Amino acid sequence: MSPFEYAPAPESRAIVDIASSYGLFINGEFINGAGTAYKTINPATEEVLSEIAEGSSADIDLAVKAARRAYAKVWSKMPAAERGKYLYRIARIMQERAREFAVLETLNNGKPIRESRDIDVPLAAAHFFYHAGWADKLEHAGLGSAPKPHGVVGQIIPWNFPLLMLSWKVAPALATGNTVVLKPAETTPLTALLFADVCRQAGLPPGVVNIVTGAGATGAALVSHPDVNKIAFTGSTKVGKAIAREIVGTKKSVTLELGGKGANIVFDDAPMDETIEGIVNGIFFNQGHVCCAGSRLLIQENVHEEVLERLRHRMSQLRVGDPMDKNTDVGAINSAAQLGRITELATAGDNEGAQRWSTPCDLPTKGFWYAPTIFTGVTQAHRIAREEIFGPVLSVLTFRTPAEAIEKANNTPYGLSAGVWTDKGSRLLWTAARLRAGVVWGNTFNRFDPTSPFGGYKESGWGREGGRHGLAAYLKQGEQA
Amino acid sequence: MSAILTRTALLRSTDHDAIKQFVLALPAVDQVGAEGRAAMLATRSIKTSSKVYAIDKAISMIDLTTLEGADTQGKVRALCAKAVRPDPTDSTAPSVAAVCVYNDLVGIAREHLDSIGGQNVAVAAVTTAFPSGRASMAVKLQDTRDAISAGASEIDMVIDRGAFLSGNYGKVFDEISAIKEVCGDGEKRAHLKVILETGELVTYDNVRRASWLAMLAGADFIKTSTGKISPAATPPVVLVMLESVRDFYAKTGTRVGVKAAGGIRTAKDAIKQLVLVNETTGSDWLDPTLFRIGASALLNDLLLQRQKLSTGHYSGPNYVTLD
Repeated sequence: MSPFEYAPAPESRAIVDIASSYGLFINGEFINGAGTAYKTINPATEEVLSEIAEGSSADIDLAVKAARRAYAKVWSKMPAAERGKYLYRIARIMQERAREFAVLETLNNGKPIRESRDIDVPLAAAHFFYHAGWADKLEHAGLGSAPKPHGVVGQIIPWNFPLLMLSWKVAPALATGNTVVLKPAETTPLTALLFADVCRQAGLPPGVVNIVTGAGATGAALVSHPDVNKIAFTGSTKVGKAIAREIVGTKKSVTLELGGKGANIVFDDAPMDETIEGIVNGIFFNQGHVCCAGSRLLIQENVHEEVLERLRHRMSQLRVGDPMDKNTDVGAINSAAQLGRITELATAGDNEGAQRWSTPCDLPTKGFWYAPTIFTGVTQAHRIAREEIFGPVLSVLTFRTPAEAIEKANNTPYGLSAGVWTDKGSRLLWTAARLRAGVVWGNTFNRFDPTSPFGGYKESGWGREGGRHGLAAYLKQGEQA
Repeated sequence: MSAILTRTALLRSTDHDAIKQFVLALPAVDQVGAEGRAAMLATRSIKTSSKVYAIDKAISMIDLTTLEGADTQGKVRALCAKAVRPDPTDSTAPSVAAVCVYNDLVGIAREHLDSIGGQNVAVAAVTTAFPSGRASMAVKLQDTRDAISAGASEIDMVIDRGAFLSGNYGKVFDEISAIKEVCGDGEKRAHLKVILETGELVTYDNVRRASWLAMLAGADFIKTSTGKISPAATPPVVLVMLESVRDFYAKTGTRVGVKAAGGIRTAKDAIKQLVLVNETTGSDWLDPTLFRIGASALLNDLLLQRQKLSTGHYSGPNYVTLD
């Protein structure tokens, strides 16, 4: 044991005030829903945090009507610069209440406080700042001289980055003049409900943002509501396909941000220490609950032993445990269901003959936990090389030539992200140009910025979020307009 | 990894071409990645019992330094007294590792330390025409011999940055080897710290190359800076040097120390350095024989924090002694 064991450094939860129950945020007010309530928990301890209303189809109808009214009477008539002011105001309030958001996110999601504090919350505020600037400059975005909003947008977001995904959705929608009905993920509603309070604090006109909590049925009611003009969804490919089938034949627009099985390609001339950090960040960031995770590691065969030795050494230093401790690197799995899915796929890896190695660590007895794990000896034919695990499990494969690396990286139904590690600029560009992935990171991984478009090829989704490309998804262009 | 090799077996030959080939084949450092890793480790939150440990550990790792033209015997005596007993009101505060002075003040430092019970505090001398290193080899060797005969048990030499930057790695290697020879061998040798002056090498690739050159030529320690050039011991520079000693140990079984010198002024900075050590080389290096901090003002901030931890409140600058 190291003589320099870090003493517990827990973030205080005193800053958050969690109500014993929450209603639905419709037309600027919290109301009791027509549906039943369900419990939301802290996945690190299984402690019940609050009771959440399950939105019914009647509630969704109420929310869509509020959004339509706000769109027709207020938001579409407001000068664009005024819209921008609201976004700036929201962004500033999010920064002022950053600690509150970070603590609440960690409590409800299980991610380490270091990540929610240093990544999720600052990026979420940055998305509002960035889009606030666009609000009165849309005619200069290269999307036609007078691009028009869709109207009422239905948005469904996942549990892996609850607040950040909310801001990826809500900020561009509001900046472009749409009004919103948002359904947060079933297991992580709390920061969205705090965001509802921020909307009130910012004086946002009632009905511009409506938040209806619930599970799959609530989301389905939102997708099928006839008065919703556009659907924006982030989540699994399975649900994404169901949404696509549902809206076929309607006039609804749709953007989908779905699953991935990102390849992280390590060439033999890679900057080795930083590559190891990048591999760790690629798959163990946010417990691997990242759609663009670098979950397939492709190592050039002539250096693969050295890379793996360094990787195991680095992984043995990961600090797994209490997400509220400021020194924790890897937190809790978000739900029992997700833990079951990870365990099932990892067992398939064992059965198919891959070799498992995990960070030696003591896992807490309460809550949902999975030790950071790598599988070596994985081939393209293994399930763990093909299916999205969405957990802290890395599949390691090797390649011999750059062409083989490209072939293997692209040999997947997904196409969301990829990473390339090499000290040679020409090889980096050559590789990036051939990867069929929406985002290619060079000598880094899991970096996000509101100015940079994000989205997938193939089964990883339709459309882009962020940057100028992301604005296009919320504006009618050409014949649509 | 490959089998353990001796320091000399790693280099097939000390021929200048072979040295250059070796150094240029080292893995690259990605600047953004290295700085990102150092920044992430800077967020570690060291509290309560671990803070107590870190503060005393940091004090025991200090090379308490004065390297001014205005240094006098009186100034050096005062420094020695502080080195042995940093906090006159609290005898539980550990002594520092060494005092670090110019060549001509080594004798008085050793004599005074011995006379006040500071036999366990080493005297380190900066030599080889410190800080620029611009002198003939004969002068650099004599500079080092002088320091050792006056009682220095640690030699802080500078490398020839001009030779390094012009690609003459062989010359740098030969100079370090020659000084190492003067320092002697075995238990009683003078410990050799090789100052890379990373602020003049500028890139992290250069820091890694210079680290390996020094280790291959026999350095006991690799040291960031003279303290005369800024930037000095920045966290990413120390990180890259720690990675180098970690890799060198894996290949040779020899543990080389790291000395971070220059720009570390607060207890917080020092604790960040200890976190870098803990999470890069591992805790074996959390020892004055393998990690040092070259500083002067730092000691007082560590003492203030130490008093705060034991009494529960902050005192002020009048409750710690002037150097």
